[in-house]
Amino acid sequence: MEPIRTFSSRVVALPMENIDTDQIIPARYLKVTDKAGLGEALFADWRYDAAGRPRDEFALNQPAASGARILVGGHNFGCGSSREHAPWALLGYGFRAVVSTYFADIFANNALKNGLLPIVVEPAAHARLLALAAEAPDREVTVDLRAQTLTLPDGEAVDFPIDPFARECLLQGLDQLGFILAEEAAIERYEAEHPPRVRTVS
Amino acid sequence: MIEGAPRTLFQKIWDEHEVRAETAAAPAILYIDLHLVHEVTSPQAFSELRRRGIPVRRPDRTLATMDHSTPTTPRRGNGALPVTDVQGAAQLAQLEANCREFGVPLFALGDDRQGIVHVIGPEQGLTQPGMTIVCGDSHTSTHGAFGALAFGIGTSEVGHVLATQCLLQNRPKTMEIRLTGRLGAGVSAKDLILAVIARIGVGGGTGHVLEYTGEAIRALSMEQRMTVCNMSIEAGARAGLIAPDDTTFEYLADRPHAPGGDAWPAAVAAWRRLPTDEGAEYDRSVSIDADELRPMITYGTHPGMGIPIDAMVPDPAGVPDPSERAALEKSLRYMDLLPGRPLLGRPVDVVFIGSCTNSRITDLRAAAEVVRGSRVAPGVRMLVVPGSQQVKRQAEAEGLDRVFREAGAEWREAGCSMCIAMNGDQLEPGQYAVSTSNRNFEGRQGKGGRTFLASPLTAAATAIRGVITDPRTLAPAPVAAGGGR
Repeated sequence: MEPIRTFSSRVVALPMENIDTDQIIPARYLKVTDKAGLGEALFADWRYDAAGRPRDEFALNQPAASGARILVGGHNFGCGSSREHAPWALLGYGFRAVVSTYFADIFANNALKNGLLPIVVEPAAHARLLALAAEAPDREVTVDLRAQTLTLPDGEAVDFPIDPFARECLLQGLDQLGFILAEEAAIERYEAEHPPRVRTVS
Repeated sequence: MIEGAPRTLFQKIWDEHEVRAETAAAPAILYIDLHLVHEVTSPQAFSELRRRGIPVRRPDRTLATMDHSTPTTPRRGNGALPVTDVQGAAQLAQLEANCREFGVPLFALGDDRQGIVHVIGPEQGLTQPGMTIVCGDSHTSTHGAFGALAFGIGTSEVGHVLATQCLLQNRPKTMEIRLTGRLGAGVSAKDLILAVIARIGVGGGTGHVLEYTGEAIRALSMEQRMTVCNMSIEAGARAGLIAPDDTTFEYLADRPHAPGGDAWPAAVAAWRRLPTDEGAEYDRSVSIDADELRPMITYGTHPGMGIPIDAMVPDPAGVPDPSERAALEKSLRYMDLLPGRPLLGRPVDVVFIGSCTNSRITDLRAAAEVVRGSRVAPGVRMLVVPGSQQVKRQAEAEGLDRVFREAGAEWREAGCSMCIAMNGDQLEPGQYAVSTSNRNFEGRQGKGGRTFLASPLTAAATAIRGVITDPRTLAPAPVAAGGGR
C-alpha cells in the first residue's frame, strides 16, 4: 500500500444520517471475485435513475464534486453490513477520506485497512464542513495524517483521533497482516496451550 | 475464578483468547476458534493468500458454506438446482475452487448440511459457549446466543484469519441490556430486539458488545436467543452475548460437533463458569420491561425506526433535531407513508419468512400455526425460505411445507434469498413487503422495494389477511373467513 501523509481536496457532502452500506454499494454489485470497477457502483441507487443515467440533483453528479477526494457524511456513516466492497467502492471512485461525527465499527475497520481515512470530528467542525461544501465547493481542505489535523480553507486546523496502530501502518504503507504473521511464535505457543474447541474436518 | 476482580462474560472470553494483550502502540492479537466463510466476502481474501503464497493456517477451524447468491427455487425433478445467474455461478464456483485449493471444508449446494452460515454453525454444534467466532458477515453476532464472542469482519480480516487464525482487535466496551418480566402472548424475540434497537438507536451500540440479561432472556429458546443476538449489529453493536445455561446445553447435546463422551460433562462444567460474575461492571446499562412490549414493526429505512404495531407512523414535525427530522422525512418519502397514520390495515404485496434472523424450525412452526387452514390473501406473494437443508427437512417431516403450500405460499430451498436479494428473489420497485429479515434499508430487498420488518407471527398474519395485521387479533387457527379489515 502507498504511504499516506497529507493531501488537499475539495469536499463533497452527503449530509444524511445513517448512510448504510447497502446505499454505498447495493448488494447486487457484490457478485464479484475481485475489486475492479466497484467505483462505478458507488451509491448506484442514489446516483443513477432507472435507465442508468446520472441524476443531476445527486451531489456526486454535480460539477463541483468532480475530483473531490473527501466525502462528508452524516453521523453513523457505514452502518449495516460488513462488506469491504463499501470502502473499495469509495476508493475506486477516488475518495481518500470520509468525514463524519462517528462511523459504524466494521466500516471504519475496513476503511483503515485500505487506506481510506475515516475522520471523526466534533459536531461543530462537521457543520462547518457541510457549510463549506454547500457554500464554497471550490475551496480545499488539507488532511495531515501525521499531525492528525484537517485544515479548513481559513487556516483553522481541526484535530481528529485515529487508531495509533492503523495510523502508523498507513504512514509507512505497511499492511496489518505482516504484523500478525511476525507473531508466529506467540500464535504457536497459544495453540500449544489451548487445545482446539472444535474441528471442522475429521 | 475465585481470586481477582469480578468479570463479565465478555471479559472472560476476551482474556482467554489474547495471544498478545493490547498495548499503547498496537491492538490485541485475538485467537479465533472458528472461522465461517461464504461466497460473497471471501474471494478477494483467498486471492491475497494466493498472491503472497500463504496457506490457510487452520483449515480444521474453518468452515465454508454457500448461502447469499444461491437459488432457492424448488429443485428440478432430478434434484438439480441450477444457478442461472452467471456472476453468482462464477462466485460459487470460485468458492468451491478456493476451498479445494486451500483444504477448507465446504457445505456446497447439494450437501444436506448447506444453509445460511449463521444457521448451520449452531445446528452442527460448532457454535459453543466461550468460543471466539468470526465470519465476513455482520450477522455473525447471531452466535453470541450461545455465550460465544462472535462478530462480523471485512474481507481483509477474513484474509488475516485464514492466514493466521488471529485478528488485531481493540477491546470494545460492554453494555448490559436487561430485560425484566416476560413476553406476552403473540410477542416474540423479534419484537423484543426491534424494541431494543428502537430504544438505544441504530447507532446506539457502536463500539460496544451487548450482553442481554434478565428473566425475559432466560425464558427464551436458543432459536429465539439467536434472533435477539442476530440483530445486535442493527444497533451498531460489535456483538451480542447471552450467558449459557441449561437451555444452551440442552440444545447442544448430541449435535454432530458438540463434545461427546467424557468431554461433555467437562465442557459443561467449564461453560458454567462463563456467566458474568456478581459485581462485574458494564460500561453502560439499559433496562427494558418485557411485560410492556407489544408486537413491533418498522416503518422507516433503518431497523431503529420501529414502533408497536398498533402505534401511528411518527410525525417529523415532532422531532426537534433537524438532522433526525430530515432523516425521518426522507424515510417516509421513500416508504410513501403519511405521518400520524396507522400501519395496521395497510395492504402489502409480499410476505417473506426467512433469513438468518427468523428461518429456524421454531420460526417456521410459529408461522405455520398462523397459516394452517387459511389461504394467503389474493394478490399477496408469500415466500417461506428455510435457513438450512436441515431445517427444511425437519419442517417437511413435520408437514409444515404442506401447510404453507396448501395456503398458497412458496416453499423454497435454503439460503439468504430475499433478505439481501442477490439470488433473484427480490421485490419489484414500489412493492411493500412484511419481512422477518433484519434490514429495511432502501432497496435492501430489491431496488425500489419497501420493507416492514416484523416477527414470523406478524408476517404470517399479514399474509393471510393481505394487510398489516396484529397477530394478537387473529382468532386461533383456522381463522374465520371474512375477517379482513
